Amino acid sequence: MSASPRPAATTDAVSDARLSGNRTAFVTIVRKEIRRFMRIWVQTIVPPAVNAILYMLIFGGLIGSRISDMDGFRYLDYIVPGLIMMSVIINSYSNVSSSFFSAKMQNYVEEMLVAPISNVTILAGFVIGGVVRGLTVGLLVSFVALFFSDVVPVHPLITISVALLTSVMFALGGLINAVFAKTFDDISIVPNFVLTPLTYLGGVFYSITLLPEPWGTVSLFNPVLYMVNGFRYGILGASDIPILHSFIVILIFIAVLGSIAMTLLHRGIGIKS
Amino acid sequence: MNALSLRGVVKTYGDDTHALGGIDLAVPQGDFFALLGPNGAGKSTAIGIICSLVTKTAGEVEVFGHDIDHEREHAKALIGLVPQEFNFNVFEAVEDILMNVAGYNGIRRAVAKRRTEKYLKRLDLWDKRRTQARNLSGGMKRRLMIARALVHEPRLLILDEPTAGVDIEIRRSMWEFLTELNSEQGTTIILTTHYLEEAEALCRNVAIIDQGAIVEQGAVAELLSRARFETFVLDVRGIPEASSDFAPFTVRSRDDGKLEVDVPQGETLNILFELMGRAGIEITSLRNKSNRLEEFFLKLVHRDEAAAGVAGGAGQ
Repeated sequence: MSASPRPAATTDAVSDARLSGNRTAFVTIVRKEIRRFMRIWVQTIVPPAVNAILYMLIFGGLIGSRISDMDGFRYLDYIVPGLIMMSVIINSYSNVSSSFFSAKMQNYVEEMLVAPISNVTILAGFVIGGVVRGLTVGLLVSFVALFFSDVVPVHPLITISVALLTSVMFALGGLINAVFAKTFDDISIVPNFVLTPLTYLGGVFYSITLLPEPWGTVSLFNPVLYMVNGFRYGILGASDIPILHSFIVILIFIAVLGSIAMTLLHRGIGIKS
Repeated sequence: MNALSLRGVVKTYGDDTHALGGIDLAVPQGDFFALLGPNGAGKSTAIGIICSLVTKTAGEVEVFGHDIDHEREHAKALIGLVPQEFNFNVFEAVEDILMNVAGYNGIRRAVAKRRTEKYLKRLDLWDKRRTQARNLSGGMKRRLMIARALVHEPRLLILDEPTAGVDIEIRRSMWEFLTELNSEQGTTIILTTHYLEEAEALCRNVAIIDQGAIVEQGAVAELLSRARFETFVLDVRGIPEASSDFAPFTVRSRDDGKLEVDVPQGETLNILFELMGRAGIEITSLRNKSNRLEEFFLKLVHRDEAAAGVAGGAGQ
């Protein structure tokens, strides 16, 4: 190929075309991802809402009425932010892990790999698909909570930001899981044996100030604690963790997981030979 | 300009498995090109590298002058791939599969809808546009993959055994379609196939790959001219005596009572008929045992698995 430089106008036109093409590809991936989880809404949207109703009935109506206030809030009101965040985390993660893994196993990920799409577009498309499902389920659980609790967000912007960033973080985690997974068991291990315990132990149902040492300190190493408490701060205005710390931890995780995901896609690990 | 150029392309798996040992290949723009080789020769690996599905160990690949390492998105935009295995989401509708792939290629929805309709109609799948892909027949799935590969109207279409497992009627209609695509739209086509008659009928140029190396490359007509003989199977009445001399032809009796005759290049069948007549043998029918390209191919690759792979597919 000739090394002579192209005229600037041509280079700009090529860049514009590439940008426009990637934008269309991004929209296509997001649309496909949303259509996928909406097509199977009975499996993807309904169960978290049913779970939320059960939690609120049991912990709010039955057991919660016998539990004293937590950090000055009625117990049911205290756990509502954690329940919403739990559904956001699990659903953002599961959407990307199962969708990307299916694409990999049935080889239709190749449709994207042979197309002129940048890796960042593929990553962004899947992540936004996961975010949309996570936030959709989060909204549904919030709607269910309205029947049991009358809390309204004290800091709406912080509430939305924490939910959004947390879902981005777990969607990235879901993609990394799918890249390494070889069987469907591999994509259920992390949600069942890592995410659920971390979420339950991440202050959804209690304040870590109630824990004896060293468990209070140990809990600080649980990243989910920062998300649940950041979200609780947005809704109730109360948190075990300074809100700035929550944002810092979430952003660090997004940067690290995003870099890992990009490296995996760039090297084609698990998807190219 | 070449549609495709490979220079010194190497693919090594692990430390010592050499799938490709430094191949050079040039496919001219507008060509209908066959890449032939026995199972495991490296055909699919080469295609995977060209389409960015396989990471090469060394070498250079250019698609219409665009290097796949430095201008990857440019190069990819020019290629349409019909892979050997079905690789679409079986739970999606036919129409959605094409629309998605058009979107991945940066084609806006309005244009994508027109193209989807155009190619589904051309491949006789328009009536099935709302059908989930898993409910299509094998032949329809093959045609779906061709329509999908064309929806962004690539200048280079690569088909990895596109007619494997389809019936004769569909195979012939696919041949017609591909010939039309090549001659009317000028699309460069690269085909891998086990049906050597397919390569002989469709392609102008051919490369034969074996054990990760290109062992022969050139015009189909030129390679055929180098084939030494063609073998015919004759249905006959009468048995040749051991002393019969059919020179320059080599005649072998088969267990089913038929005769196999090697006809050297340049010799006419008239002479054979005359010699058979003199020996008191009546020929009731004759057919090719295999085509000449196949003979040439087998001579080149000289391997048991090659013979098995070709014999299983040729002329079916």
